[in-house]
Amino acid sequence: MVAVGLYTQAIRMLAALVLFTSFALLAQTRMAALIRLFAWQGALLAVTTALVALVTHQPRLYLSALLTLGLKALLIPWFLNRLVIRLELQHETEDLRGNAMVLLGAAALTVFSYYVVMPIVELSTLVTRNVIAVSLAIVLLGMLLIIVRRKAVTQVVGFMCMENGLFFAAVVSTYGMPMVVELGVAFDVLVASILFGVFFLHLRDSIDSLDVDRLNRLREADE
Amino acid sequence: MNPHADSIYPVLLIPLLGAIALGAIGHSRRAGWVNIAISAATFMASLRLALGVWEHGPLLTTSGMFYIDAFNVYLLVLTTFVGLTTAIFSRNYMLDEMKQGRVNSKRLQLYHAMYQGFLFTMLLALATNNLGILWVAMEGATLATVLLVSLYRTPESIEAAWKYFILCGVGIAQALFGTVLLFFAAERVIPNRHQALLWSVLYAHAARLDPAVMGLAFVFLLVGYGTKVGLVPLHNWLPDAHSEGPTPISAVLSGLLLNVALYALVRIKMLADPTLGVLPGELMMGFGMLSFIVAVLFLHRQRDIKRLYSYSSIEHMGLMTFGFGIGGALATFAALLHMTVHSLTKSSIFVTAGHAAHIAGTQSIDRIRGLIRTQPAVGWGLLIGTAAIAGFPPFGIFTSEFLLLAATMQSWPWLTAPLLIGLVVALAGLFRQVQPMVYGEALPGQRHARTSMLPVAVHLALVLWLGLAIPAFLAQWFNHATFLISGSSLL
Repeated sequence: MVAVGLYTQAIRMLAALVLFTSFALLAQTRMAALIRLFAWQGALLAVTTALVALVTHQPRLYLSALLTLGLKALLIPWFLNRLVIRLELQHETEDLRGNAMVLLGAAALTVFSYYVVMPIVELSTLVTRNVIAVSLAIVLLGMLLIIVRRKAVTQVVGFMCMENGLFFAAVVSTYGMPMVVELGVAFDVLVASILFGVFFLHLRDSIDSLDVDRLNRLREADE
Repeated sequence: MNPHADSIYPVLLIPLLGAIALGAIGHSRRAGWVNIAISAATFMASLRLALGVWEHGPLLTTSGMFYIDAFNVYLLVLTTFVGLTTAIFSRNYMLDEMKQGRVNSKRLQLYHAMYQGFLFTMLLALATNNLGILWVAMEGATLATVLLVSLYRTPESIEAAWKYFILCGVGIAQALFGTVLLFFAAERVIPNRHQALLWSVLYAHAARLDPAVMGLAFVFLLVGYGTKVGLVPLHNWLPDAHSEGPTPISAVLSGLLLNVALYALVRIKMLADPTLGVLPGELMMGFGMLSFIVAVLFLHRQRDIKRLYSYSSIEHMGLMTFGFGIGGALATFAALLHMTVHSLTKSSIFVTAGHAAHIAGTQSIDRIRGLIRTQPAVGWGLLIGTAAIAGFPPFGIFTSEFLLLAATMQSWPWLTAPLLIGLVVALAGLFRQVQPMVYGEALPGQRHARTSMLPVAVHLALVLWLGLAIPAFLAQWFNHATFLISGSSLL
């Protein structure tokens, strides 16, 4: 019993760290650092998944952990980093006026997630049930990142964070989706990251910048 | 076990292999023909599948991965059919684009490969029995089309594609969370977790799923797939993506992808209904009505011919969602019929609008004038198509809208008024814009476009036929699907 308690605490602590990286992403302005943080989130996620696999004796979760490590902690960050260097954006920073409000909003979203998943936590008997709210919070914070930031790179990181949150949700609420679905989702994420790379080059060619704010030609109706 | 169980595989494999083949040879001048041939083969395969389902009833493959019943088989046939006619149109259209220098041979290669890739993802979404794979296929459909929306590499098209990518990505992420919740609810009642995401298994256990979790899951799934249906307020990507991409893509996005997303939503509703009662239906009615009204008002403000018809798509998707939301045999039948006729009419309109834009050299409504004088076939095509989409008798859309109004009057009488007013306002909005485009004097500087009006003629003839008399076997088919969805039959 003591051992399980210890494991549960470890899982909770790791989940808290993953959530912390989401907050850190919201506060980070430099592109290179942003991508590094994202890689850390992926790595923490993989470790958490492996720990859940160990505690619950679900060997297929090791495979999921490995997949996450390879894709979210290594491949995608490496790819993004290479693009950022190629486009000479690594020192670019974003203006974050009013970011205190954004962080407060993020805290509110976290509380909101706890409220939303209450009925599920009540039903669940898994050791991980207390971190389901954290997974939803990560999804919502990823969304917040996409909404408040105006750089294409940051929006992509936000998009990938949402994917992280979704994967985490599947792990902690059901010990992972069926393998075929998980592979399909991983494939989609991989294709999406390649497409994002293509887009960076297109954006650079067409508007000569990766500021999404410059994308304002399409209006409801031309006055 | 259905003896025809294997007949689903060609429907999926032909476009998949076609996408790979066109990835290799899509730049050649003959690629347009190859594209048509592949689409025709897929269409034949889907007919064979439909025949099997017609004779032997619902089909479940041995692995349980694919499940075909009356509801999705007709959408499969519709998808492959519109895929074929649009491929016929796209051959001439893309050659014309090449000649004008808007695409080069490398982009043409991408276009052809992705065209088949897109058809594959939609057919997979329709045929799969696994709700997780359904999500993967829906996301795959976005991924396949996002580079097509930005095919011309203009700043506008790249903006449209970026918006499409991010908004649909964010939206559909909600649907994946909903799917996880659904899996969570299913795991407690279905002993074998490998089957807990299979729709056919879930449907059998639907009444025992936990209502609180299902409510939450349904809301997430509604927001997620609703984004792809183009429901207001999640519709912002739709007019941009439809107006900036090449016209054949607008035709299949509007005519097919929106249907597939709505199909996903209705499947989810069927799972949620037993435990949640009226809640899913009322949510869908609300979103549907809101989309309908907002789109009708925006119709009047459009200055771009393809944006105009994109808003008309939002309007009609709103109507269908509203219809499925009401539930009951009559409304469901109407919504199913509306899915078919809207898809046929809208894809034919986009084809004509594409020709009109080629003739005028712009998509701006103010610069498109006198189509009936310059190229009568295009002018009449646009006029008749618009009359059909606005709901004039004797076209099929009149029939389905009439049935929908009757169903509304039966169960929600006070909602008939906004529906009727909305339809009249939409009619005014469309004709105000279309009239000067088809009649009137042609502006100088028009060019002659190589047209292929055959798909338009076939689609509109079918819509007319469905309006005059729905053939008995098709009525039976809709009736089957209605029974599956609403639990009671109309005929």
